[in-house]
Amino acid sequence: MTLEILVSKFQEKDERAFEKLYNMYSESMHGVIYNIVRDHDIAQEVMQDVFIKAWHKADSYSSKKGRFFTWILNIARNAAIDKTRSKSFKNSSKNLNADYFVDILPTQDNLDNSTDAIGIAKFVGKLAEKCKKVIDLLYFKGYTQKEASETLDMPIGTIKTHNRNCIKELREMVLN
Amino acid sequence: MEKEQYIASGILELYVAGSLTETENNEVYNMMLKHPEVLQEVLDIEAAIVKLTKAAAPKDKVTFNSILNKLKDTGNDTKVVSLNKRTNSWYNYTGWAAALILGGGLLWMNTQNNTLETQITEIQTEKDFFETQIEDLNSDLVDSKKIINVFRNKDIISVPLAGQAVYPEAYANAYWNKDDKTVYLDLAGLPEPPEGKVYQVWSLTLNPLTPTSLGTIDDFKTDNNKIFSLENANESQAFGITLEPAGGSVSPTLEQLYTLGVIES
Repeated sequence: MTLEILVSKFQEKDERAFEKLYNMYSESMHGVIYNIVRDHDIAQEVMQDVFIKAWHKADSYSSKKGRFFTWILNIARNAAIDKTRSKSFKNSSKNLNADYFVDILPTQDNLDNSTDAIGIAKFVGKLAEKCKKVIDLLYFKGYTQKEASETLDMPIGTIKTHNRNCIKELREMVLN
Repeated sequence: MEKEQYIASGILELYVAGSLTETENNEVYNMMLKHPEVLQEVLDIEAAIVKLTKAAAPKDKVTFNSILNKLKDTGNDTKVVSLNKRTNSWYNYTGWAAALILGGGLLWMNTQNNTLETQITEIQTEKDFFETQIEDLNSDLVDSKKIINVFRNKDIISVPLAGQAVYPEAYANAYWNKDDKTVYLDLAGLPEPPEGKVYQVWSLTLNPLTPTSLGTIDDFKTDNNKIFSLENANESQAFGITLEPAGGSVSPTLEQLYTLGVIES
């Protein structure tokens, strides 16, 4: 079934379509959420909120506005960031600013992880430091070009091409 | 704008990241409809990001059933309440007629507006594209100027490194500034290192031959001009470059010596 049909069935509240989309994207969302909240239980809670919200807000998605993946990625990032701003979260005094996704990729010491994930972690390790950071900000944290350019101290015009080069490298590594 | 240029501008990567404006999103959507290559590019970018983000997921998976159960707990879908039927009258018909005319007019204005908006976004993307090119050229220029200044410095010691048995056509140049203890390496003449390998740079003293590692070149692939700087506070008499496993080695693997050059005294 093509993604378009799946998404439109999902919008018609078809639970099986929902499950298929869930299987396609839930782990990615879990990764993004966990990278922001850095707590297993909170990440689980946010995951549930995100997919319930997606189900209820399904109507608001339109392929003209962007990819379905991007739509749900936005919901996930926003929900996770909202969580870190909540009072209960702040009380647990987490320092999140310095963290980025490279820290949570699996290592070879951890045999429970899928070999696929370990392979990707190995590849990511080879990316230039600036690539890791720009990918973290744009994809995992949902920064705008402007915010990323300020954080990385890089002119705004170069973010786009720099990011393209980084993603190109990533693609060569993970899609072959 | 040409589709190749469009793809190369990096806008599609930002499209998947979700960091474009609504009008830009719309424009990418139209490009995808028009050009299958653009769509394919977006699909590939998305696939890579899905894989990458997946790798960051914790092991404790959240099952679909847990979502479904919570969904069913939180209440049922609301039913649509239908309005009472009303009786028709001439008054109703004129109302509809007026609405139709008004609607038609609005529709026409809307199309006009959309055409203009598409034109604006097209011009905007082109402008962005040229801006990016200027920025790129500018930063290239700054880099090149920096390099020229290093090479013009009269105190610099220039050491050509010649290719060795393992790869005779390789060459490199080292420029050593003793004052600021930095050695600049021009490695454009070295082949790209294979997967899992890096170049490691060594400072050597002769009689007896003692190598000291100056470090590994980890970003060889991603660096555009292939000029690297390393700290060197040694009393070097020669420089050598070997190919080592990622992370570098304690002592050089001499069978993998790519280039070597002795400093003329």
